[in-house]
Amino acid sequence: MENNTQRRKERIDRGIKVRTDGIYALMSIRELSYLLLPRLVLILGMLALPLLVPGMYWQRVITITCIYALLALSFDFLAHYVGLVSLGGAFFVGVGGYMAAIMNTTFGLPPWLTVPLAALAGGGICTLLLLPCLPLRGVYFAIVSLMYPLFVARLIEALNILGGTDGITGIDGFSNRWAEQYFIIGILLLLLFGVRRLVNTDIGLVLRGVKDNDQAIRASGMNVTLYKAMAVYIASVMGCLGGACLAHIYMWSGISQFALDFSILPIAATVIGGGGTLIGPVLGCLILVPISELLREFGTLRIVFYALILVAFIIFRSEGIMVYGQRKYQQFERWTRI
Amino acid sequence: MKLDTDKEPILRVEKVSKAFGGIQALNGVSFEVHKGEILGIIGPNGSGKTTVVNCITGFIKKTSGRVFFRGRDISNKPPHKIADMGVTRTFQIMRPYFTLPAYKNLVIPLFSPRAKRTGGWRGGGRLGDRNTVSLDILEEIGFERDSYVPYKTASTLPTGYLKRLELARCLALKPEIIICDEVFSGLSMSEIASMVPLIERLQMEGITLIMIEHRLRELFRVANRIMMLNFGEKLTEGTSEEVMADERVKEAYFGSQKVEEVMRHA
Repeated sequence: MENNTQRRKERIDRGIKVRTDGIYALMSIRELSYLLLPRLVLILGMLALPLLVPGMYWQRVITITCIYALLALSFDFLAHYVGLVSLGGAFFVGVGGYMAAIMNTTFGLPPWLTVPLAALAGGGICTLLLLPCLPLRGVYFAIVSLMYPLFVARLIEALNILGGTDGITGIDGFSNRWAEQYFIIGILLLLLFGVRRLVNTDIGLVLRGVKDNDQAIRASGMNVTLYKAMAVYIASVMGCLGGACLAHIYMWSGISQFALDFSILPIAATVIGGGGTLIGPVLGCLILVPISELLREFGTLRIVFYALILVAFIIFRSEGIMVYGQRKYQQFERWTRI
Repeated sequence: MKLDTDKEPILRVEKVSKAFGGIQALNGVSFEVHKGEILGIIGPNGSGKTTVVNCITGFIKKTSGRVFFRGRDISNKPPHKIADMGVTRTFQIMRPYFTLPAYKNLVIPLFSPRAKRTGGWRGGGRLGDRNTVSLDILEEIGFERDSYVPYKTASTLPTGYLKRLELARCLALKPEIIICDEVFSGLSMSEIASMVPLIERLQMEGITLIMIEHRLRELFRVANRIMMLNFGEKLTEGTSEEVMADERVKEAYFGSQKVEEVMRHA
């Protein structure tokens, strides 16, 4: 008999007070911790990561993960808050890497200067080159932005400029591996919270408007191309930052920095992490990049396992880890009899 | 209302033509609008009403012809520049930012350069907090302030509110001209009844309105002058009585045979 009674899942919001827009619950420890705990777990977790992993090899994996996370963050920002699906990740990394390499080898600037400078200048170059594609939207932008890394890599190869196929060698590394890791983790956390804040400001609203409905933005007397260019600049600065760090980590910059891994993996990370959450893609990278390292032992079968994991995620948790996690965190669920 | 027709018209459209491939959507349409006036544009489906709006506001490129706003040629300006000068429009197919709450929908136009300059509708040259200004505008346009309506996501709002939101988006810019593309269509009689005083109030404030409508009865109540389009050409222009008396207008709407009979059955 018990089996025949119909039941349904009931969802009740928890912590209404702290989630209400504009009201900040600073009165009780409980509500404060409800807000702060997830953020603290992330920040402290990221900071503790280099201390927890065994050996230098895995520490290097963490720095690479953070670079992918920067790219995933930039992809998610452009795709879900501006409506530009960008496959230009490899382009950003390559430009940032070469900029840092040139600044370091030709002008002798130290890494802590080349990284921000390469990011700002490289972002400018990427934005200028992508300017003609800005009238495109969604996947059409993706198709054209995919062309750029291929184009630049072939150009360097064919004209034998910037070191040709050998790349630029003799770049300074970071002073030690701790500086390297905490530098990149710090940048990632800073940009993550920065972008989260940006999308909730009024400029962020306009950018979301560009995604939702660019005709209405035009009808409101705002230049859509200008806002798209601004967003592409922010995204490409993040990508170039990753590229510049990569050049200093490997002490080398070459055309493999235009490899399409840098365009594709961030998208996979966004899919499993949950698009539009900004934090999700970062978590996605923290899962995908180490898995891809673990699977190295399987040789060429690696990509098969990798694909299986992705497909499993899409089938069983298509909303993404972060969207699922947020819902579980903010709601009670229980079965009730109808 | 007495109109100052001797002065330079606020908007002058000169021989505007638009061809989509082989189809001539507009063929040499000219008209003038004076400050503070309400001009109604009527015409059967496919007569080129919306194309006129798109040509004036720069959303599509004209094949030929020119548009002057306050004597300045705006024919080749991009849409955001034209809106920045104060020539705003609503869309026939409503285009709110569906994922945002109603009041956040207005924060976006309040972020525009023109709103910053003018302070928005009723703003005295200075723009206050955008959220507050947005709620003020919404309240004046019929969103009950103390209710949850201004906070509802745009995709969940009923048509009546969405039409008002379209108007509000224009008002946020403190416009000189609002071109309304069918603001009455899809509304119930009572919703229209509450919309009419709003239109009249905008006119009293000196905003010039161009209204494209199929709801002729309501349009004739508010419009000072009517222009009729048919097959991309201007058929006639005048007061509502003059236009309705015109045989060609009846023909365009009801066909050429036995107009009286059709009217009797209608």
